Amino acid sequence: MIKILPNCIGCGKCVPVCPFGALSLENRKAVVNSACTLCGACVSVCPVKALQMPQTAAASADISSYKGVWVFVEVIEEKGALKNRPVSLELLTKGRELATELKEELCAVIIGGNNSALYAELSAYGADKIYSVEGPAYTDYNTAAYANAMIALINKYKPSIVLYPSTYTGRDLAPRIAAQIHVGLTADCTGLSIKGQNLVQTRPAFGGNIMADILCPGHRPQMATVRPNVMGRKVVSAGKMAQVIMEVVPVTAEAGKVRIISKEMEATAEVEKLDEAQIIISGGRGLKTAENFNLLNAIATELGGAVGASRAAIDAGWKPKNHQVGQSGVTVKPKLYMACGISGAVQHIVGMENSEVIIAINKDGSAPIFNVCKYGIVGDLHQILPKVLEAIKDSKK
Amino acid sequence: MNIIVCIKQVPDSTRVKVDPKTSTLVRAGVPSILNPYDHFALSQALKLKAKTGATVTVLSMGPNQAQSVIRLALGLGADKGILLSDRAFAGSDTWATSYALATAIKKIGSHDLIMCGQMAIDGDTAQTGPGIAFHLGIPQITFCDGVDISAGKVIARKIIDGGHQVMEADLPALITMTMPFDYVAVYPSFMGSFNAQKKPTETWTAAQIGADPKKLGLEGSPTRVDRIFPPPARPKGDIFSGSPAELADKLIEILKKESIIK
Repeated sequence: MIKILPNCIGCGKCVPVCPFGALSLENRKAVVNSACTLCGACVSVCPVKALQMPQTAAASADISSYKGVWVFVEVIEEKGALKNRPVSLELLTKGRELATELKEELCAVIIGGNNSALYAELSAYGADKIYSVEGPAYTDYNTAAYANAMIALINKYKPSIVLYPSTYTGRDLAPRIAAQIHVGLTADCTGLSIKGQNLVQTRPAFGGNIMADILCPGHRPQMATVRPNVMGRKVVSAGKMAQVIMEVVPVTAEAGKVRIISKEMEATAEVEKLDEAQIIISGGRGLKTAENFNLLNAIATELGGAVGASRAAIDAGWKPKNHQVGQSGVTVKPKLYMACGISGAVQHIVGMENSEVIIAINKDGSAPIFNVCKYGIVGDLHQILPKVLEAIKDSKK
Repeated sequence: MNIIVCIKQVPDSTRVKVDPKTSTLVRAGVPSILNPYDHFALSQALKLKAKTGATVTVLSMGPNQAQSVIRLALGLGADKGILLSDRAFAGSDTWATSYALATAIKKIGSHDLIMCGQMAIDGDTAQTGPGIAFHLGIPQITFCDGVDISAGKVIARKIIDGGHQVMEADLPALITMTMPFDYVAVYPSFMGSFNAQKKPTETWTAAQIGADPKKLGLEGSPTRVDRIFPPPARPKGDIFSGSPAELADKLIEILKKESIIK
């Protein structure tokens, strides 16, 4: 349990902050009960520093020998060609910033069937070195094979920081690696910065209601995942080529325990992938039926955008799961995000708040979505949007 | 066939609000629930039980009040419940939690399939499942929306970007579940809840599972919370009301102003 020091003044500020209801005031002093999970939420609100996390033994690992910022590059296939998934370039851009501040190298790690066409872009986004593991056994992502290759490289070169995309692949791979090499892993960071020797990993907590800074002071490498569209991306060294280091890591028998039987892709009639779309028209509970999504589909098609949905609409079965925007879906950062009939639960907002322009349409003027939008339309979408669709069609004539 | 489902009691984070004046969490009246993704995992485990006659054991870690989610799972049809409850577990991050759960699974003994929710809604990390799989030395298939057992292998329908992949793994294996594609919500029946009272549950301490105390709690957790703070406030936008025709015109004007249409 959290330690409460005698200098507690009984101000009570810690009591409502505790997400687990573990703190209360008795005889004008804070007391803690067994519901305490040592989450640390109370420590920073205490004005007299009377709340303390229990001390633990200092880690024995020699952390000073770990140097360099690494980015795990996710490779995807698009229209038959291999490409660096854009989030990898976002991570390199952030990684460049961190590496420069630390005066250390930025290295991209790329694992795949055939990587050679992908190096130039990684270099342009600031990689000093590229560690490349390639071969037919690495064509398809495989947890054991990829984790084994990453761990082999981490043990050999000892990086200080390793960043992964928070994608289906990154979220499968990174925790397996973290478990094996006993290091910390912070999921879905929205901010990364350096404080002294440590990487400050900022992430939303408790459903996005509050933010937390996480450190891994005693373990290296420090590992974090970042969702697509959270960080910006910038070419910093166009034309420069990073040093490419080919690494050979044999695939272990463990990799054969999981096999891909088949793949089925959703028909791509819905224009663009959600996380890369520049225009997203999203629907929520206010849509009322699956059929009403046709209106949003039509507007999205006219504008060359994609259709998103809130969790309420997904749970109602109006859209497949991969259209979900929000904390348990995808994070998006389009030029335009139009939220139709979405009330704006915080779990939805954390997935779209970085959009450049947010337009909200909702009948309920007190809906929280109106607190984050640039433009709010208080009215019935079923009456408004058909007219808007016609106007969009007219504008193209 | 032995299936172990890892479950967690969580605050219903969809009902947690922030006090706009003090920027602190308002938790009064926020109920504790079974993590929804764990509910999905349990529903699939029970489906496999019906098909194969498997024994379903639910395993949780938490304070004593987490017994209620174990009772719920037993009411839904699980056969046995185990709660890891000990001060030594407090402060565990995903590394230490997955170590503790895996150590308990080893004590349970025979296991063919471990099922977890893809993540818990109070942490959203999706890291504990893969961590357990590592500690048990078994393969993992994450983010699945369907699962079946056939000829001694697990077949899982895994979500990938833009579609699905059907995967096969040798047993034992660990699966993490999102909402099943054929999910129908189930609630405990009266008889289910009644029978649950007679089903065996156990509470185990860190010493009883033979866990290394250095790998538990704060000491076993590489991550530290350094600071908690409210999300930055956002500037207020322009809000319009009026007749549907006026609002449609307004929206078209906005789309033109933002250069979305000409």
